[in-house]
Amino acid sequence: MSHLPVLCVLLPLFAAPIALLVRHRHVVRWMAILVAWADLAIALELLSQASEAPIHYWLGGWAPPLGIELVIDEVNAFLLVIVTAMASVVLPFGPGSAALAIPDGRRHLFYAAFLLCMCGLLGISATGDAFNVFVFLEVTSLSSYTLIALGKGRRALMAAFSYLVMGTIGGTFILIGVGLLYQMTGTLNMADLAERLPAVMETRTVLVAFGFLVCGSSIKLAVFPLHQWLPNAYSHAPSMVSAFLASTATKVSYYVLVRVLFGIFGAAFVFGTAKLHWLLLPASLAAMFLGSLAAIFQTDVKRLLAYSSIAQIGYMTLGLAMNSVNGLAGGLVHLFNHALTKGGLFLVVACVTWRVGSSKLDDFAGLGKRMPLTVLAFAIGGFSLIGVPGTAGFISKWYLVTAALEKGWLWLAILILLSSLLAVAYVFRVLEVCWFREPPEGDSGEPPPNMWIPAWILIGATIFFGLWTDLTGSVAERAAAFLMGVG
Amino acid sequence: MSLWIHESVVVLMMLGLYIVIARDNLVKKVMGLSIFQVSVILFYVAVGKVDGGTAPILGEGIEVYSNPLPHVLMLTAIVVGIATTALGLALVLRIREAYGTTEEDEIVAMDRGSAE
Repeated sequence: MSHLPVLCVLLPLFAAPIALLVRHRHVVRWMAILVAWADLAIALELLSQASEAPIHYWLGGWAPPLGIELVIDEVNAFLLVIVTAMASVVLPFGPGSAALAIPDGRRHLFYAAFLLCMCGLLGISATGDAFNVFVFLEVTSLSSYTLIALGKGRRALMAAFSYLVMGTIGGTFILIGVGLLYQMTGTLNMADLAERLPAVMETRTVLVAFGFLVCGSSIKLAVFPLHQWLPNAYSHAPSMVSAFLASTATKVSYYVLVRVLFGIFGAAFVFGTAKLHWLLLPASLAAMFLGSLAAIFQTDVKRLLAYSSIAQIGYMTLGLAMNSVNGLAGGLVHLFNHALTKGGLFLVVACVTWRVGSSKLDDFAGLGKRMPLTVLAFAIGGFSLIGVPGTAGFISKWYLVTAALEKGWLWLAILILLSSLLAVAYVFRVLEVCWFREPPEGDSGEPPPNMWIPAWILIGATIFFGLWTDLTGSVAERAAAFLMGVG
Repeated sequence: MSLWIHESVVVLMMLGLYIVIARDNLVKKVMGLSIFQVSVILFYVAVGKVDGGTAPILGEGIEVYSNPLPHVLMLTAIVVGIATTALGLALVLRIREAYGTTEEDEIVAMDRGSAE
């Protein structure tokens, strides 16, 4: 049996304490980068293996359901690739931890926290054990609270604290849900749970467990109206951290929700008995419209992007709530596309912040003249948020609209298009300031290569995956069919 | 014999959540969170109890024993709880250094006052 699945999770886990011992910040930084790159290679290899047959890895050789197993199928192999790819791009970005408000001697701690966060995200994706999800979720959460608190200014501290409170409640809800399921079935293995649950499906305990699990993962995913922690956390965190968390943490939470709904409870229970779509459809629509509306009125570009994230999460949960293969495929494609787009946009904003010293919209005035290529990158990323053809965002909207029409819900298709118009408003508000206002006196010029190359890799990827849809589309379709139990 | 375990779990859980929501003092919030997490630990331990069972130790004459798995799981949850409380209190400490207070309403007022 190949040990790649567990290696993928363990590499960052072991690198983190080594970072604490080594302490030298340049060495630690390069170690973190190399770990991320090696992990990306492992994840790609796993994706190609998992596309043939799901990989089952027994930890310590103990057979499930007694032992813990890692299950890598196409859905989570895809996620492993996203997480490792984002870490590989974000870690080498710019001056790294030098841009943070921490003393030189403590820089290595940032990388230790980053590696732990990455380890947790990979663990959540890879595991086939319900309790393991909780453990890795807390590993991710605890490290991301510290990462967010490293932001400049005292508001980052309050943002991290409110995230800690919300995140802990969400995590504990998941723990309660897992406990109730264990009480009813006597197992923690997800596949085993799915097998044993139908016998006790109609009991109130299972319904309560379902409620706790959905609520807990929705808090982590920032589904409207449980999103309050997100705008502050993303706008006050260091840009590198915002880019990484915005493109991975909420995506992995989406995966947890999908796994819980389809991998454990099954579509029949979710939409038949629990009627989750009655809750999730209005919540997604509210997120799409209110998130975008709030984004329009922000005066800080990072905050604008954070509110836009809430709207984009709305599209993902909308795909989930449609109860169709195409809808879920749309949600999964959007997961990937939005990870690229939002990660890229946060890095672009970080480039701007490096030049003008803040991410306030007013300071973007005339940037089109001062750093034209950076603004171009922002424009492309913005187009992808809107869903302009030729960018990745178009593909996911296409799937969602197709799924809506397939259901005969013309009104929903219209609402999806209308909410895209709101995205036009907030993207062009930024572009208008960049292109049509006079620049103030100050330095001009593009950022150094170690900043613009990572940003352009992600922005370029949004175009690449907007034109070449074979990988994302076919993987997501197969994954959705597999999850809905029809493939 | 009923020890009212499930009832106390619910009471503790609600107490904890209420403190988190209703109190403005950040330290009290962290404590509420801690109580909330402890209630879940109690719940898991109760799940593992088998009527008339002893501690799960291998020995002669012991045939009915409690399920050890939920208890072991809670070791992890206890570690998570301690880490969360410690991190929460560390953040409160930093917040007090930066704002000079640990009352949430005062901090919100200060943030509004200085619009960056």
